[in-house]
Amino acid sequence: MKRKLMLASLVAALSPLSSQAASLDISVTNLTGGIYFTPLLIAAHPATTHLFQAGKAAGAAVQAMAEGGDTAALKTAAEAAGGQTIANPAGGLLGPALATQTTLTTTAGNTRLSLAAMMLPTNDGFVGLDGWEIPTAPGTYTIDLNAYDAGTEANTELMNAGAGGAPGVPGIPGDPSGKAGSGGTGVVAATPNNAEPNVVHIHRGALGDTNATGGTSDLDSRSHRWLNPVARVTVVVK
Amino acid sequence: MMNNMIKVGLGLLATTTLVACGGGNSPEPMQTLRITMTNLTAGQPISPVMVALNTGATAWSAGAVASTALEKLAESGDASALAASLAAAGGLGAANGKAPIGPGASESIELSFNANAAAKLTLAGMLVNTNDAFTGLAAVSVGGLAVGEQLTQQLAAWDAGTEANDETAATIPGPAGGGEGFNAARSDGLNLIRVHAGVVSADDGLATSVLKSTHRFDNPVLGVLIERIR
Repeated sequence: MKRKLMLASLVAALSPLSSQAASLDISVTNLTGGIYFTPLLIAAHPATTHLFQAGKAAGAAVQAMAEGGDTAALKTAAEAAGGQTIANPAGGLLGPALATQTTLTTTAGNTRLSLAAMMLPTNDGFVGLDGWEIPTAPGTYTIDLNAYDAGTEANTELMNAGAGGAPGVPGIPGDPSGKAGSGGTGVVAATPNNAEPNVVHIHRGALGDTNATGGTSDLDSRSHRWLNPVARVTVVVK
Repeated sequence: MMNNMIKVGLGLLATTTLVACGGGNSPEPMQTLRITMTNLTAGQPISPVMVALNTGATAWSAGAVASTALEKLAESGDASALAASLAAAGGLGAANGKAPIGPGASESIELSFNANAAAKLTLAGMLVNTNDAFTGLAAVSVGGLAVGEQLTQQLAAWDAGTEANDETAATIPGPAGGGEGFNAARSDGLNLIRVHAGVVSADDGLATSVLKSTHRFDNPVLGVLIERIR
């Protein structure tokens, strides 16, 4: 009995190293000046799974997130694969230059951290982190994130308020900044979506124009452009 | 109180270690950093770069409201107020570039200081053909670098958030505009520090812009090599 107890305590002492369970403080800052993030999905998961991957076609779950900000299917898939998720830590949109904080205690095997949220106003742009290896050494780590294009919808830059968020429906579902216009002719044709690779790739950025009631784009070139990085994640491993 | 006690304890430990490493009687051996910067842009001279070491407050952070000192740097290229604020916050030494670093050009600055494990490097310069874009590093720990050790960084352009990005000749102080530098009014609207979205330029449809396509930039805008040489 005594021997068993000793063994158990030895296993307990070793387990933090072998399983890489970690207690994390996570902060996400929107680094853009005019783009809003829809409710964020943060996931800790095994190295073998992903929320999304650059160079791979977006599935229906990524499409729903990137075109409409709906992370429900991504969350379900991550949890089904043994991952842990935090949905909507900001309690709504995360506006330009604003930050949100959350905590996560990972369980054994969930050694990677990922994040995804749609960028508004875009057709199918999203901010993403794919499988960052959670360090085992305590410390503060900073990761800068890029904007991705899901490759599922043509970047028309035309508003389609309320409707454009449904997967497969062209148009931008909303602009929380209120600076988008109307009446644009479209930066590219809505269909077919052949002006870009049909895989997740680095977003080429918004074009926009200065014509609120016409031009090619409903977006404003002075408000809706961005350069990478678009977000900063700070992780404190305790 | 508890925090203070822990900090004091750590400080003593660091000092002890340094004395042991130095092997001499001086508790504060001199160290020298060489900071080499390369302007990676096509058409944005960077104002004479300030490099400063301190142990106290951070000069800026993403999502924060810019101090007036940072506003002056970002709107006019005048780093003096920023240097003074860092000197007053545990300053260990500072230096300024001799002249703007032109597109494609490089400059090296050497900075000697009394060894301090808590030393943090801050670097800042304005992209002069903009309203209030700047690049730099805020509070990078350099106190633990060994002789010969190097750090490389590729820096983004930040928007100080203090002036509207109207790109007009009247508000761009660099050679492209020749207009006003610092103005205390906060005309940006958001008034928060974030990554710059880039300039639009007249060539890309902003009719009132004095800027051309040659003034456009993408990240990174400045390459930095930090070496401890002594």
